[in-house]
Amino acid sequence: MIRFLYGDRLHCAPLLRDTMFRDRAAQFSGRLKWAVQVDDQGFERDEYDAMNPLYVIWQQADGRHGGSLRFLPTTGPVMVNDHFPDLTGGVAITSPHIWECTRFCIAPDAPSRRIAARLLLGAAALGKRFHLRHAVGVFDPAMERIYRALGWEPVLQSRGRAGIHIGLWSFADIDTATLQRRAALHGSGFLCWDDLGMAAPAKRRICA
Amino acid sequence: MQTRIEKFVEKLQQAETLDDLQSVVEHLRTLYQADHFIYHSVNHAGEPYAALTYDLKWVDHYLARDYARIDPVVLGCYQRFHPVDWKQLDWSGKPARGFLKEALDAGVGNQGFSIPIRGPKGQFALFTVNHKCSDDQWARFTRAHVHDLILIAHYINKKALEIEAGSDILPDATLSPRETDALTLIGLGLSRAQAAERLKISEHTLRVYIESARFKLGAANATHAVALALARGKIVL
Repeated sequence: MIRFLYGDRLHCAPLLRDTMFRDRAAQFSGRLKWAVQVDDQGFERDEYDAMNPLYVIWQQADGRHGGSLRFLPTTGPVMVNDHFPDLTGGVAITSPHIWECTRFCIAPDAPSRRIAARLLLGAAALGKRFHLRHAVGVFDPAMERIYRALGWEPVLQSRGRAGIHIGLWSFADIDTATLQRRAALHGSGFLCWDDLGMAAPAKRRICA
Repeated sequence: MQTRIEKFVEKLQQAETLDDLQSVVEHLRTLYQADHFIYHSVNHAGEPYAALTYDLKWVDHYLARDYARIDPVVLGCYQRFHPVDWKQLDWSGKPARGFLKEALDAGVGNQGFSIPIRGPKGQFALFTVNHKCSDDQWARFTRAHVHDLILIAHYINKKALEIEAGSDILPDATLSPRETDALTLIGLGLSRAQAAERLKISEHTLRVYIESARFKLGAANATHAVALALARGKIVL
């Protein structure tokens, strides 16, 4: 299922959290050789993980991480503005209608296209529910082919140093039917909004 | 004719004190034909500030009982940044049900839409529109105005922070050369497609540049952003 969890709720799903940060280390540090920090627990975390972002996570049947994305609003500190102004023409992209999406990660042993489609379905559901117009984010060029094959390509992209691209996705352009077919998921029952939905307030602090 | 959001922005720009901000919030009722608007902020030092249209007796009662402890809206929005329809919150617990009944008796509407805002240095604010109507009417209302409401929430918060900081240290919006280029070309009467072509960028990129400039300037829309940039000497046509 796709889970929507803020950083301050990840402790409620420790296996999911730990496997996510380890899979991120494997992808960004191990495979892509990005200059990211991996701590002594083997977790790849950065300063944006400390800002209580909203994660969209594909959770496998055994409770482990299958893939994930991370969202933060561009009205606060975000990676594109802080670290990649050369990729945005020097424009600090700032709007409550635009959120940044980063750390698109897929577990090493998972079927990458299918998981990618599921994550994009999650992102699409998030954009619709929270009335977003665009998502912006940096990504590895290897993802370009995957986004195209899934039918939700970034509407703008520019190539930056160290082979990192910036993409801009429009929530108006989503071909949900194609994504669902590629994701092998239908309806909306696989979306688990956790406490973004109907969690009892009293349960919020004790992990429903 | 001015749109609602244009009228709001015009009034907000004239606001210089917290009393002015209160009257801006009250004016939203007339503009959007909704029963109540509530802006509530807690700054990094923990000092609260509110501008709202609820009956003050209800506000005093809420504070005296410290209802923020059980209010599903506060619990559902604190430390968050996604907008929430009150229907997405859980009102099923006994304290929440009792709280809701008291609120309804005090004139609070049954429908609500709340937008949490993360400000600088741990500042947090919540903006809510509240109304008494059916679910269908409410769905139509939020569908029609959601983008305005999200923008209004952020603009009121910016204004509140500016007033709090004092106008002498008010940070002026800085626009990048690409944003000023985009506004200049739109101001000269070029279409979006023509402006994008001139700047050798896609139309989507241009839209995002204009959207960013619009937000930084506190403008209602692209045309208004051009007018404000011109008035503040950011662009020359």
